Amino acid sequence: MSHSEHQSFWQKYIFSVDHKVIGCQYALTGLVFLFFGFCLMMLMRWQLAFPGEPLPVIGGLFSDTTMPGGVMLPEFYNSLGAMHGTIMVFLGVVPLAVGGFGNYLVPLQIGAPDMAFPKLNAASYWCYFVGGVVMFASFFVPGGAANSGWTSYPPLSDIATMGQTFWLFGMVALITSSLLGSVNFIVTIVHLRARGLSFFRLPFFVWAQFVTSFLLLLAFPPLEVAGVLQLMDRLAGSSFFLPSGLVISGTPLGVSGGGSPLLWQHLFWFLAHPEVYVLILPAIGIVTEIIVNNTRKPLYGYKTMVYSVLFLGFMSFVVWAHHMFMTGMGTTMSNFFQATTMIISIPSVVILTVLILTLWGGSIRFTVPMHFALAFLPMFAIGGLTGLPLGLTASDIPLHDTYYVIGHFHYVVAPGTLLALFGGVYYWYPKVTGRMMNEKLGKIHFWGSFLCLNGIFMPMFIQGLAGVSRRLYMPTVYAHAEAVQGTNVFMSYSAWILGLVQLIFIFNFFRSLKKGKKVESDNPWQATTLEWATPTPPPHGNFLQEPEVYRGPYEYSPPGRTEDFWPQNEEK
Amino acid sequence: MTGMTNSKLGIWLFLASEVMLFGALFSTYILLRTGAESWPHGSSLLNVPLATLNTMILITSSVTMVMAWASLMMNRFGRYRLYMGLTVLLALGFLVVKGFEYGMKLEHHITPATSTFYAIYFTMTGLHGLHVLGGILVNGYFLFPGSRLWKTNPKQFTGRVEAAGLYWHFVDLVWIFLFPVLYLL
Repeated sequence: MSHSEHQSFWQKYIFSVDHKVIGCQYALTGLVFLFFGFCLMMLMRWQLAFPGEPLPVIGGLFSDTTMPGGVMLPEFYNSLGAMHGTIMVFLGVVPLAVGGFGNYLVPLQIGAPDMAFPKLNAASYWCYFVGGVVMFASFFVPGGAANSGWTSYPPLSDIATMGQTFWLFGMVALITSSLLGSVNFIVTIVHLRARGLSFFRLPFFVWAQFVTSFLLLLAFPPLEVAGVLQLMDRLAGSSFFLPSGLVISGTPLGVSGGGSPLLWQHLFWFLAHPEVYVLILPAIGIVTEIIVNNTRKPLYGYKTMVYSVLFLGFMSFVVWAHHMFMTGMGTTMSNFFQATTMIISIPSVVILTVLILTLWGGSIRFTVPMHFALAFLPMFAIGGLTGLPLGLTASDIPLHDTYYVIGHFHYVVAPGTLLALFGGVYYWYPKVTGRMMNEKLGKIHFWGSFLCLNGIFMPMFIQGLAGVSRRLYMPTVYAHAEAVQGTNVFMSYSAWILGLVQLIFIFNFFRSLKKGKKVESDNPWQATTLEWATPTPPPHGNFLQEPEVYRGPYEYSPPGRTEDFWPQNEEK
Repeated sequence: MTGMTNSKLGIWLFLASEVMLFGALFSTYILLRTGAESWPHGSSLLNVPLATLNTMILITSSVTMVMAWASLMMNRFGRYRLYMGLTVLLALGFLVVKGFEYGMKLEHHITPATSTFYAIYFTMTGLHGLHVLGGILVNGYFLFPGSRLWKTNPKQFTGRVEAAGLYWHFVDLVWIFLFPVLYLL
């Protein structure tokens, strides 16, 4: 199987069909986009903390159409907002979690030599890459990048500048990428499991990726339709999302009319609600692996977790309109979506409870990945619980489109998912590279990130309850927002410090490639799942001989054994 | 583990996502139509005889597609060539007829900008047309360069043609829904 030594650099690292190389490509591209999306946010935070003041030093680097004299124009601020959201979700977190971790780990964890369709896998990475380049390029077209928010609500997005067309083309490329990827994941998990690895012996991370793939497979096509319809509106003059008699800046719009802006919202949220779970499920999978490994105890309720995640995946398709309570929906519809929204919180709570109960009585090892995994639990809990008031119309009406909403979903995605993904990087780094990342720097990175993330997002709840709108370019124009302006300054300082802390991570990441402590065995964390049964780093084809599985994924501290772990593939 | 080949399971999953794609389009149609003050009858604006002809063409091509696959199952490669060739020709015929329809509309300056009805008409038939084009490319590939696989691995080749066939029947099925919804209702 190992024929990688005959390949040139380009075959081996750029146009490889090996799932591990593709996984690394996804992960590195995703991390770069995360950092880029983060930088957009740091610019926005300058405007929010010191509205209208020129940005020192960096402000001079921008052109006069975006930041004349270093002062940000409102259109540019809107572009930053729209692109921050798009990039973080579609180009950062999902490619890192699904493309990166999923690609690298799923075949290893199920004992397969590769994905079911290796060429398709490479194709899906390159589709993602093209989508990312198109998105990035849109900053340089006349009128700048998309500026109608990451949700691209019409009619605004229908009449926006050329950047919006780029956004749509970029999205179509990204959707194609995730479609190819999800087909590949599902076939791989269904067909390529090692002998003895029944569905109920799969590591939980694989289950999480399995459900995630179904969400991507079935939820993205409606957004693709929405994208096509919006492209038709913008390029062919149709009016799917433009109602009759629309007047813009005093001029009646010369279109046929008859469309509905709400149609976009339905199609968009039918994707974008399941997308929330696409973001969070791989993170939960990673956290589960890390927590079980570091408590040296079996998972408290494996089957409960599996059924919960399946139920979660199913329910995520019937809650989308809770994003639309403010659109004048009838009470019957509202009641339905309120009820389903409350129901979907049950499996999430079950999963959290299982993870917390797993900690009970364990002999916990406080490694760097474990720090991240443990921090994930309360962060995800805050994110989830603050979502409940938004799922009920009575409390959603005052909170809708305030900073409270931003605080809520960022708690799920940033201190939640991102902490888990960082934990995953530290946890599997020795498998990928054969070296450990520096522990001391890792802990500084953890504490810095943990504190700063809370410093950014906790005050958002205060701002939201004070009624500050999420899309304000100049927060000080309203008296009620002026009253909490101090929090904006605090949040912005937190954000900039968070940026500095990430530099420590980047430094640690690259330094450890060369100078990190070498691992002594292929299984440095003494884990049970199959990915640790491969050589380090795994060669093309993964396993030296086909593995066979004899037991469930988390046999830690089994009675009657001298070691406190029992790998899945060890017969005795 | 399912008794299916990877490619067959893969194509079924892909078709599931296609169902969601066209499902969303049909939902769009329903939402726009129920929300409109008035909605024209398709038969008064569109060319029903041509569309009927096209329906026949597409159904026939689905039959020839099955025959192509069945010929491979019976080990008769010559017959496969014939039926696969017919399938591709019929698909091209469908696109030619569709092109005439589009041409007649555009001649009268009827475009997606004319009305919401024409917007959804052009979008749905256009997207379906792109799927037909995709089918022509795939089937054309299995007709000529791809058929080399028959000599080395006939079973795998038959499996690939079967997957292409499933896709082709799906494209056919979408049209069978499109035809009454756009032209007759």
